[in-house]
Amino acid sequence: MEPIEEYEDENSLELPAEPMRLNMGPSHPAMHGTIRMVLDLDGEIIRNVDVQPGYLHRGFEKSCERGTWSQVYPYADRLNYVSPMLNNVGFSLAVEKLLGIEVPERCQVYRVILGELSRITDHLTCNGAMAMELGAFTPFLWMIKVRDWIWDILEAETGARMTHSFGRIGGMAKPPRPQLKDDIRAILPQVERVLTESEALLIRNRIFIDRVANVGKLSQKDALSLGITGPMLRATGLEVDVRKDNPYSGYETYDFEIPVGHQGDTYDRFMVRLEEVRQSCRILQQAIDRLADDGPINVSDPRVILPEKEAVYHTIEATIAHFKIVMEGVKPPAGEVYSYTEGGNGELGFFIVSDGSGTPYRVRCRPPSFINLKAAEVFLRGEMIADIVPAFGSVNMIGGECDR
Amino acid sequence: MSQLVLERLRARFGEKILQTSSFRGDDEAIVAPADWLEVATFLRDDPECAMNHFIDLTAVDYPEREPETPRFDLVLFVRSLVKKHRIRLKTRVREDQGVATLSQVWSGGDWTEREVYDMFGIKFDGHPDLRRILMYEEFKGYPLRKDYPINKTQPLVEYRDVGPSKLAPFGGDMGNPFGRIDWLQRLGGANRQVSPAIAVQQGQKKTLSSGTEEKN
Repeated sequence: MEPIEEYEDENSLELPAEPMRLNMGPSHPAMHGTIRMVLDLDGEIIRNVDVQPGYLHRGFEKSCERGTWSQVYPYADRLNYVSPMLNNVGFSLAVEKLLGIEVPERCQVYRVILGELSRITDHLTCNGAMAMELGAFTPFLWMIKVRDWIWDILEAETGARMTHSFGRIGGMAKPPRPQLKDDIRAILPQVERVLTESEALLIRNRIFIDRVANVGKLSQKDALSLGITGPMLRATGLEVDVRKDNPYSGYETYDFEIPVGHQGDTYDRFMVRLEEVRQSCRILQQAIDRLADDGPINVSDPRVILPEKEAVYHTIEATIAHFKIVMEGVKPPAGEVYSYTEGGNGELGFFIVSDGSGTPYRVRCRPPSFINLKAAEVFLRGEMIADIVPAFGSVNMIGGECDR
Repeated sequence: MSQLVLERLRARFGEKILQTSSFRGDDEAIVAPADWLEVATFLRDDPECAMNHFIDLTAVDYPEREPETPRFDLVLFVRSLVKKHRIRLKTRVREDQGVATLSQVWSGGDWTEREVYDMFGIKFDGHPDLRRILMYEEFKGYPLRKDYPINKTQPLVEYRDVGPSKLAPFGGDMGNPFGRIDWLQRLGGANRQVSPAIAVQQGQKKTLSSGTEEKN
């Protein structure tokens, strides 16, 4: 034992004060499996952070360049896999813009219904997962339960729970089932109920509020310069929504509001998503009243729509038309368009270039997750290490869309 | 509606705007790479345009139109928050030609330019941190170029636990005395220190269990 007197002046002792390099992810439960963050820590304060995406890169844009235009749909499903229908609709609208066609009103209403259902699942997943990562497991289970009921509807409608591949150029794969309206009327009160219950558990909970309020603040100026869109931008207080600013699929005729936050922190992003679920329910209420029971779901354009199966089997013209569309693909005119919709996380855009053949020359997806993720580098600087989990969770980074 | 922006650009820059077009409601202006930064800054700062909302930056590869026209189309999408109009700004760059970075104009340009560099190999002059972003450091070639075959295989990457080049841009680890690997030494050219199991395989280190066998 050394004599204790040697340490009499404690202030002369130097504690190690170098910054510490910490590697977070990609195998970290809060990094959603696909993000690596290199943190420079000063104690618990994050001095610097380098976010490294790319672990889920599958070459979406390259793969699109070798099939036909319709064969992009399965890839588009796998972009944002918690709201695949929004991607399907987004890509359909892009090709239709290039072709210069517009789908019938029944199809537009149907797309709004499926899209809003997807938006609800997207926001419930994000908010539920964020609450779970902070230790609140019950709201997560409730929200995921309702999400699964919605996915049951989508499965009955499309045949697949997540990867629907249900969009088509110039319409949808199938007309809506007759039971769809009743199913949605039955699910909407459930969504409302789980929102109220989760709110009661979370936003009056001191622990939850302390973890999310004033954490990960993003200013309006930064957000615009970074190109942030969607709930993250609205949380900073800016009323920006593609559905209002540049309406598509008849969104201008629906009565709904854009929720906005105050200061762009994690709490605001959480609340904006919760409120958007309510607004989606409002849109759904109006849309199911509007959905016609019969009428065409596809455009009547033989260049893009497959002929009736009955005709394919019995007439040579329809057989040839079918063969040409399947083997050569739909042929949009040469040119390039950028079409954008409001996806789950923000502006989901498709910049497509056609050389006039049946194969896309270039399909660029503007991934809202990827561009929003850059903000994490900005708003995590100066926060505590424990704040990464809720703040990163509120970005709602979806690996499939971020890394493509 | 955003025709106004095109007119404004033509009035301000005249000959520098090489071409404008409007197709299916998308308004587009083409400029030379030398004017890229100037026009972009004007779009952001001019009160009539007020394009303060960055949207996207990407590229398209047309190898067949070389050598008359440069190979890549660099495409920028921006939007105005107040006026709600959008424009597509385009420039044409050759493979070996750099273009000024826009990351100082809109900070969203940072990652999107890194992605364009990663996928097409277009160099951005003045970019603060031009690393690959979706691909890994050792990747050969640029996957979204048309002359990159889709079924091309990549060479196996040599074992690395964390390479210095893959580290964050703020330099090597200056602290952390508890780490297994001394980065300062390794950056200075010291021997490769690898994980214990690999070191045993490569003969850099003795196995601990061999001690009992040596006794016999």
